[in-house]
Amino acid sequence: MKAFTYERATTPAEAASAAAHANGTKFIAGGTNLLDLMKLQIETPTHLIDINDLGLDRIEPITGGGLRIGALVRNTDLAANEHVRRDYAVLSRALLAGASGQLRNQATTAGNLLQRTRCPYFYDTNQPCNKREPGSGCGALGGYSRHHAIVGVSDACIATHPSDMAVAMRILDATVETVQPNGLTRTIPIVELHRLPGNTPHIEHTLVPGELITAVTLPKPVGGTQIYRKVRDRASYAFALVSVAAIIQRDGTGRVALGGVAHKPWRVEAAERKMPRGAKAVTKELLSSARTTHDNAFKVQLVERTLASVLNEALNETKV
Amino acid sequence: MAEFNPSRRKFIQSTAVTSGAVIVGRLVPEADAKSVLQPSQLTKEPANVNVLLRVNGSEHQLMVDPRTTLLDALRERLHLTGTKKGCDQGQCGACTVIVDGRRIASCLTLAVMQEGHDIITIEGLGTPTNLHPMQAAFIKHDGYQCGFCTPGQICSAVAMLDEVKTGIPSHVTADLIQPPEMTTIEFRERMSGNICRCGAYSNIQEAIAEVAGGRT
Repeated sequence: MKAFTYERATTPAEAASAAAHANGTKFIAGGTNLLDLMKLQIETPTHLIDINDLGLDRIEPITGGGLRIGALVRNTDLAANEHVRRDYAVLSRALLAGASGQLRNQATTAGNLLQRTRCPYFYDTNQPCNKREPGSGCGALGGYSRHHAIVGVSDACIATHPSDMAVAMRILDATVETVQPNGLTRTIPIVELHRLPGNTPHIEHTLVPGELITAVTLPKPVGGTQIYRKVRDRASYAFALVSVAAIIQRDGTGRVALGGVAHKPWRVEAAERKMPRGAKAVTKELLSSARTTHDNAFKVQLVERTLASVLNEALNETKV
Repeated sequence: MAEFNPSRRKFIQSTAVTSGAVIVGRLVPEADAKSVLQPSQLTKEPANVNVLLRVNGSEHQLMVDPRTTLLDALRERLHLTGTKKGCDQGQCGACTVIVDGRRIASCLTLAVMQEGHDIITIEGLGTPTNLHPMQAAFIKHDGYQCGFCTPGQICSAVAMLDEVKTGIPSHVTADLIQPPEMTTIEFRERMSGNICRCGAYSNIQEAIAEVAGGRT
């Protein structure tokens, strides 16, 4: 790990301002992804701002409906929150499908959104990676790409976003609240937070340097049967090959988003209009731009089958 | 050779002086309050910082490189070597300790981030003459072979049962609205962050199930 200086911030504005004043500054909250990457010198901040004292650890109902989730709420607490369990079950389910008990106790809401890919070529500093070292090439293209993205990919990068939580937040139409170094606050619809790789896979989100996520808000509950189905190589504690987040209403309409297939949670609203026609029609629309490799072509069929299973489960629950 | 010995002695002397100077140099910030870099202050250059760790009920004032993980502080500075370093990447669970009642991977947090928190390690759960029920159950059910993952397994299991008791759901909890049940399926899912290379899982499960059932 490279040497760094360390400070504890006490207000969000102070943290954002401090981050803008020093190059190479990173915020640290849970640390479960950042410290891992710092040990490998993939992340080499020269200054760490500990934001754990900012008091952003509350979950509060919003007047008029909805929920405001502090950036520092731990994954365990978010999954176990009574409002989330009752009204946003897909979010609880997604969180509980991710990581391990220990990591969920440490990892935060904002950190989960901003975690970096687990692409093995990103993690192996002996390999080329345009995300880690822009211009060096992509080891995954033509390499072992079983876990990699099939939609929204580019010639520069086929990495996936590893979060389960973010996929659920995407179909819940979450909004990200931030404070910028100049003290101004803004809200970003979650669809606009993560970027596709394009020619700049090292730029993963739309936050400006020093911008700090302070909360994630969820709009009013939409009801429906909420399901998060994650398909992975182990039954627990593994990243998704494919995951499906779905909210299905009694009339067969609904929302669906995918994890494990793209550089961001993958949702295509046009595909959702095909929900009453079944998994095949929806998948065709969701993955119409798919560009697979020899190793990950199976994911197209896996998405369709997983979605079919999810729709079937929702149908059975509605009958009960 | 006769000429060599005195020079060797000189070398040892100069080394002693040099290392002494290094030690003095490192102690100066500790002695001079103005130059002590508190975590709350912005540090201009990478430097050691003071941290007060509360471990197993005892407080320890340490001067640490900010890079020091909680795991390394426990093992290398406090010599609480029960907590093990397996992967050092948060994947194996050998370093699991309990902070403010919650199990965490001590390799993925910095010591300086843990000031003000209550840290319990395997040494704080029980003693050889007064074992924690989970420790006793692991022995009774032979819940280990080499023992390297065991402190992490035990700390994890103790905190895991508290998570079930306080109603925190898991991936296998069928109904999110109902309190989770004390079942083997729940324990298996919830313990997936603790890897046992020897494969003692079935005996670990029996130990946990016994403690969960209140039998010892």
